[in-house]
Amino acid sequence: MDKHIYMDYAATTPVDPEVVAAMLPFFSNEYGNPSSIHRWGQRADYAITTAREEIAGILCCEADEIIFTSCGSESNNLALRGIALEARELNKGNHLIISAIEHPAILRTAQQLQKHYAFDVTILPVDQHGFISPKDLTNVIQPDTFLVSIMYANNEIGVIQPIAELAAITHEHNILFHSDAVQAAGQLSLDTEKLGVDLMSVSAHKFYGPKGVGLLYAKRNTLSHSHQTGGSQENGLRAGTQNVPLIVGMATALKIVSGRQSHDNSKMKVLRDKLIESVLDNISESILTGHRTCRLPNNASFAFEGIDGNELLMHLDLLNIAASSGSACKTGSPEPSNVLTALNLSPKLSLGSLRLSLGRDTKDSDIEYIQQVLPKVVNNMRGTL
Amino acid sequence: MKKDRIAVAMSGGVDSSVAAALLKNQGYDVFGLMLRLWSEPGQDNNGQNRCCSPESVSRARQVAAILDIPFFVIDTRKEFHQDVVKFFIDKYSAGLTPNPCLECNRNIRWGHLMHKALSMGATHIATGHYARIIKNGRKWQLLRGYDNDKDQSYALSMLGQSELKRTLFPVGSYTKTKIRSLASDFALPVAQRQDSQDLCFLADKDYRRFMHDYAPQSLNPGPIMNSSGETLGEHKGLPLYTIGQRKGIGISASEPLYVLSKNQSDNTLIVDKLSKLGKKCLKAKKVNWISGNLTERKIRAEVQIRYTAKAEAAWIKPINDNEVEVEFDHQINDITPGQAAVFYQDSVCLGGGVID
Ligand SMILES: Cc1ncc(COP(=O)(O)O)c(C=O)c1O
Repeated sequence: MDKHIYMDYAATTPVDPEVVAAMLPFFSNEYGNPSSIHRWGQRADYAITTAREEIAGILCCEADEIIFTSCGSESNNLALRGIALEARELNKGNHLIISAIEHPAILRTAQQLQKHYAFDVTILPVDQHGFISPKDLTNVIQPDTFLVSIMYANNEIGVIQPIAELAAITHEHNILFHSDAVQAAGQLSLDTEKLGVDLMSVSAHKFYGPKGVGLLYAKRNTLSHSHQTGGSQENGLRAGTQNVPLIVGMATALKIVSGRQSHDNSKMKVLRDKLIESVLDNISESILTGHRTCRLPNNASFAFEGIDGNELLMHLDLLNIAASSGSACKTGSPEPSNVLTALNLSPKLSLGSLRLSLGRDTKDSDIEYIQQVLPKVVNNMRGTL
Repeated sequence: MKKDRIAVAMSGGVDSSVAAALLKNQGYDVFGLMLRLWSEPGQDNNGQNRCCSPESVSRARQVAAILDIPFFVIDTRKEFHQDVVKFFIDKYSAGLTPNPCLECNRNIRWGHLMHKALSMGATHIATGHYARIIKNGRKWQLLRGYDNDKDQSYALSMLGQSELKRTLFPVGSYTKTKIRSLASDFALPVAQRQDSQDLCFLADKDYRRFMHDYAPQSLNPGPIMNSSGETLGEHKGLPLYTIGQRKGIGISASEPLYVLSKNQSDNTLIVDKLSKLGKKCLKAKKVNWISGNLTERKIRAEVQIRYTAKAEAAWIKPINDNEVEVEFDHQINDITPGQAAVFYQDSVCLGGGVID
């Protein structure tokens, strides 16, 4: 029998059937527009209000601090551009700080603010494991810095940043702190109080919710400018009729995941560690990227010397294993990602990256199958070079 | 038993999409490969090679998804630039009229792509070409496509036994009309798509503009003469003219004038009346015999001098291991150095060489 093994949960997850069931009524039965006056509108509004409250409970914040968006990328865009517009208008500063391993949704937004709106951007380097050092952050803060944005957990190498510590330093200088928690959500605590974040981005499809819906947590009185203008939905911070079924789905998924998170995590960690050990033991000239322990429970990311990462993904796909790499590009132009470049890997290593990400349905036998075939594939590829 | 694994070279077009569908239907373990090729930046195509634009990639990926086969894009921009684009510029600069498709087939499709496919466990590659392969005794033969109007064997005449043995042309036994209707039977969203283009790497269809931009040093003005040696005017650089060309020579005469030849040694363009254009003989170099066997005696065959030309009856006389002389029964216009002369006996393609 052919085995099909999905090891790309960091890219996206299947939607939990319970989540599908929760969404279904809101497509063709409860289809009202939450902004409408009548009872159809009222019922739809009730649904998203409930969702907002449930989510606020998990994020330990107020319901009106949750802004629904269309995805994690949009949340990141709204945070950076919204805060920057306000800083510009109120003369609150002209300098923002991001890290060298941010997702393109942060990196490119910051670059646009720099290029087209004349903001100054500092990109903080990371160490060999991908950590941002609190000392480095202190050193680059300037009198006119108005925002620091550092991701909670990295999408490629899974490294988890000391967010609370970094946020505290930022606050000492009266600067706002944003964190991209898209990868962290579903595996790490989203308690905004403990984390000390002012803004935080989340996307539903990374924790068994639907694609195309996300949220931005924005502490009261931090965000007043929207980047998408129009109607006054979401407190005037995000124009557009809310996607009621998807919002309901996101809330349901978050509730489910926060209930089973610690159980899933411990199961995944065992499998992840087994996978990591076996890969490092059985494949020569291979390294683990990111930190050995301070990483997402579901992330196992490697670099193999002398291997074309894209080609490795093709071989694995032909063996029915879905994986990803830091040089991922479905149109065929391999370039190491900003993350792998920031780790200072040699070019030979950084083109040979592989990310295997586990999920709640990953089984022991899946890991065994990978243990069995991966060394062969890598050796074969090296042999034919 | 598990069937062979076959890599289909997919372009997002109707032919290669149906090729993949047919093989999948026959139970093969099919996967798709698409080549990313070099193309000149700018102009109206936004730096995208017309044959592998993002639109074609997403179309091909869509087809792969419908067929439920793996699909990958492989980056061959460097190799394509080196082996095809540079070749194209060099040959034009040397006064020839090259055929980049043959070169691409030789070095990229049956070079790089074949190599990749085999390394990924494929036993064969398949393409959407209109041509057929049969085994005759112990030899593999290349045949014209069943649809004579669409036949592409000309551009495949550089293949040999080791390539044919590992190649499939699933659409070659059908008419184009049938392939389009199969595409809609398979519900592939490609039935109405345009065929892919020659000179896919140009931003427009104007190779003269391309030479201006990429090889201006090759464009040296010189005299235009008729065949009796009278100077009639000045040309703008030999690469800008092709044999048989009438329009755009830039001299007025009582009778229309045609380009007869390009004399690289003294940078002269020879033009004359239509009646002077024809020739009965040509010499072909770098000859490939598909069977792998050289002919020692002269043979009867039909010879095609361009992709779109009609094959004409001729004698082929071997000169040495890789050169032949072709003597046509009748005068042939437009014999163009640099193009391929391809030899046929009925629908069997025997091979071909480069016109000297
Ligand atoms: C760290 C991080 N930020 C942002 C995003 C973008 O999220 P979305 O796909 O919902 O736009 C992703 C998803 O790949 C991510 O991993």
